Amino acid sequence: MSEVKKNKVKKVALFLPFLVFALLAGVFFSQLGKDTQYMPSALVGKPLPDFSLVNLETNKLVNKSDLGNEGYLINFWGTWCPACSFEHDYLMTLASQGVNIIGIDYKDDTAEAIKWLAEKGDPYSAVLLDELGNFGVDMGVTGAPETFVVNSQGEITYRHQGIVNADVWLTMKGYLE
Amino acid sequence: MSVIRFISIALLAFISVSLSAETEKVLNFRSDVDQIRYNDLISELRCPKCQNQNLADSNAQIAIDLRTHVYDMINEGTSDTEILAYMVARYGEFVLYRPQKNGANFILWYGPFILLGIGLLGFILVIRSNAKRRNKRAQG
Amino acid sequence: MLPEIGHFALILSLFFAVALSFVPILGYVKKHKVLMAYSVPLTHVTSLLVLFSFFILAYSFAIDDFSILYVSQNSNSLLPVAFKLSAVWGGHEGSLLLWVLILCGWASAVAYKGKSLPEDIRALVLATLGMVTTGFLAFLLFTSSPFIRLLPDMPKEGADLNPLLQDVGLIIHPPMLYMGYVGFSVAFAFAIAALISGNLNSSWARWARPWTSVSWAFLTLGIGLGSWWAYYELGWGGWWFWDPVENASFMPWLAGTALIHSLAVTEKRGVFKSWTVLLAIFTFSLSLLGTFLVRSGVLTSVHAFAADPTRGVFILVLLFLFVGGSLLLYAMRAADVKSDVSFGLTGREAGLLINNIVLVTLSLTVLLGTLFPLLFDALDMGKISVGAPYFNTMFSPIALFLMLVMAVGPLLRWNRTKLDTLLKQLIFPLVLSVILTGVTLIWQTFEWITMVSLFVAYWVMLLVLIDWFAKLGNSSAGWLQKARRLPRNYYGMLIAHLGMAVSLIGILFVSVQSQEEMVRMAQNDSVTLSGYEFVFNGVSQVKGPNYVANRANISVFQNGRQVASMEPEKRVYQARTQMMTEASIDAGLFRDLYISLGEQLDETTWGVRVHVKPFVRWIWLGGILMALGGLLSALDKRYRKVSGARI
Repeated sequence: MSEVKKNKVKKVALFLPFLVFALLAGVFFSQLGKDTQYMPSALVGKPLPDFSLVNLETNKLVNKSDLGNEGYLINFWGTWCPACSFEHDYLMTLASQGVNIIGIDYKDDTAEAIKWLAEKGDPYSAVLLDELGNFGVDMGVTGAPETFVVNSQGEITYRHQGIVNADVWLTMKGYLE
Repeated sequence: MSVIRFISIALLAFISVSLSAETEKVLNFRSDVDQIRYNDLISELRCPKCQNQNLADSNAQIAIDLRTHVYDMINEGTSDTEILAYMVARYGEFVLYRPQKNGANFILWYGPFILLGIGLLGFILVIRSNAKRRNKRAQG
Repeated sequence: MLPEIGHFALILSLFFAVALSFVPILGYVKKHKVLMAYSVPLTHVTSLLVLFSFFILAYSFAIDDFSILYVSQNSNSLLPVAFKLSAVWGGHEGSLLLWVLILCGWASAVAYKGKSLPEDIRALVLATLGMVTTGFLAFLLFTSSPFIRLLPDMPKEGADLNPLLQDVGLIIHPPMLYMGYVGFSVAFAFAIAALISGNLNSSWARWARPWTSVSWAFLTLGIGLGSWWAYYELGWGGWWFWDPVENASFMPWLAGTALIHSLAVTEKRGVFKSWTVLLAIFTFSLSLLGTFLVRSGVLTSVHAFAADPTRGVFILVLLFLFVGGSLLLYAMRAADVKSDVSFGLTGREAGLLINNIVLVTLSLTVLLGTLFPLLFDALDMGKISVGAPYFNTMFSPIALFLMLVMAVGPLLRWNRTKLDTLLKQLIFPLVLSVILTGVTLIWQTFEWITMVSLFVAYWVMLLVLIDWFAKLGNSSAGWLQKARRLPRNYYGMLIAHLGMAVSLIGILFVSVQSQEEMVRMAQNDSVTLSGYEFVFNGVSQVKGPNYVANRANISVFQNGRQVASMEPEKRVYQARTQMMTEASIDAGLFRDLYISLGEQLDETTWGVRVHVKPFVRWIWLGGILMALGGLLSALDKRYRKVSGARI
């Protein structure tokens, strides 16, 4: 390469650090304000995992096929979870609107759960017991409350960590089909 | 003040005892290798709920639960690869502190060595052009 | 009233900082001596105002003025006074004020000691520092004021300092850290001054060098303190987690290490001129990047300050102005630098070039690992994690290679070394290192990296000694005088390199030889680990100034004799009802005994985690040696000379 060309290349190359930095700054800018705690569920787009849990009311074993062919919500809750009582009222509203909510009593005391439902009301079409939390692990649950949307094909289409309220429902219901 | 102190002591007792219901058991492994595998696995798996802690260091309930799962799986004879795959299937690649070596992660795993290579290449170029310059000066 | 005065002082200081940013530059452009000379008093006034503001904040903490939001968030009337004062930098706003205060401190120090600098350079350097100060003062005043008031509904009590921070480590660690990476702003300012003035010859390197060495020494101490603090405070016995916030301090350290070596070459040999400028910009950029990462909320970490996107945007703008601006300036001006380089493959310059290449690679590796999850998420490719397994795998081999070359470096002569002489010098330490490694590890099998690490540690230590003996001459007569006559920065180098080997040994042994067990213990139960017998003597309840605790008593025996009595605790702090584990540590030069109290399993039984950690103190001892070496280098008598236009 001729000396003149070499110098030209060198001059352009000197701008490289600036360009790399500018790119990085752009990436940072796009990431500001995003919720870093948000974790997408690994199960979205996959069929609901198989399970075999006891129904609180009937005391019989329930598995996936018993849940029907229409979209429904799966809501993990527990009497030990303060946020769950916050959420409870809105779930009652949804239930009264005809939304099918399956409740999973997660890592909880069954007697307490029965008391809770009696006192606060029961928005669930069925309550299944997951005392050890194994079904929760299979669903990738990180805590309570957590709600999953299952569509009519039995696939998980959405997962919300935390309390379900009117705003959340606006997004969620689109995934019910 | 003494009311606060009383409440704190009560709180201390309450927390100590109530957490024991869900606390980790003292673990017994079938072999030393299993214990090492357990310690390695729980430090390589990330707690899905915490702010950047591995399963070993976190006291979050989910971390305690997952540690128990790892322990159970080791005792059942599940391999490390299977345990990791089990966790990824449920919590996503997010829980792996050692990123998988596929796809885009190529940059991650080979990047540093590529950088080093480029650096050493640069080094060779500098030495060579120095030599050339020295020769030129010697001749001229 | 007082907080308002403090706030006003900050506003005033901003005006002076703005003046500092422009007046000297105006003076430089117009070649107006008086305007340029104004840089010194402007610097000092800005610093004094910030100091005053800081004092007011500290005083407000001391008197429990909970009408100030920041004080009420981070303090409590029951908090011991020492912690009330250190709580000043326990949260985002106060720590940022400390950041600016330290920046002003450095600027004033340069203004004071820089009397021997050419006045145009001094003007440019102080103006650059003034610009950085302006940026951060603006950030403070517009987004993060520590003086916001809660009137008229002032809380009666504060929320208390996070118990994790109620520790002597908090008192020293952040100030040390900031002294370090804020101190790199001086090297940055000298680089910018060199670019603006077009004067990229070796004198800027000579001026910048002692400032950079001292900053580096402080940063080394800061990082070491952070590691030590995490070890005894967090209760798990870990000392480094490759957490993003830790990496944010480690990256400038790696680049800073490259910088102090690069400055040495530029000063002594007049080469690497434009590379050193770029490196100075890179190092300070990493400091700024660290500040951004830790306070903007883009990365998840237990150490991160509360996230606020507005603040993130502001720092990003600052980042863009300072880093982007300086890189553009570099691109435009560095092309004019002519270098007459002629060093050979075996010259010390070549060795230091390798040092720079590897250290920059290391810092970019840490950067890559830290930012990769962010990049992944930005490109909507999902959420992944990059943690300790990745960093340990990538960092260790490259760092070991660096240390291998580092040991040989001092033996190289400038420009060219006679290869056969060099190899003859290296044979003996090579063989001895291999033998020592074998002897140390002979009774166990280890992974290759353990063996290589130990070999490298011996290799470094032996070569340090060999080089020193070589410099002392052949006869033992008068060796003490000869030793004294060796320059301080030579000893700085020896001690710093030795420190690295010491840290390596600590890291090596604690990683490979640690023993740990989690057991259930009731009265008189015992467990044996590494030849130590730990006997459980029960748990009692104790009260502290702002907490209550369950305290266990454990006696430790070795060969039948009691060697320690250890008391790990589980504390509950009243104000925050937060539970904290206070591990008990029996420190020793060659091992630490580490016990943390777990959960109460039933009436009489507790879970106890016992560790024996060999050589763990060596990690931090090595850090202290490195810092000592850095300070010693800066105190070299050459810098004491009144030097003006020496080129």
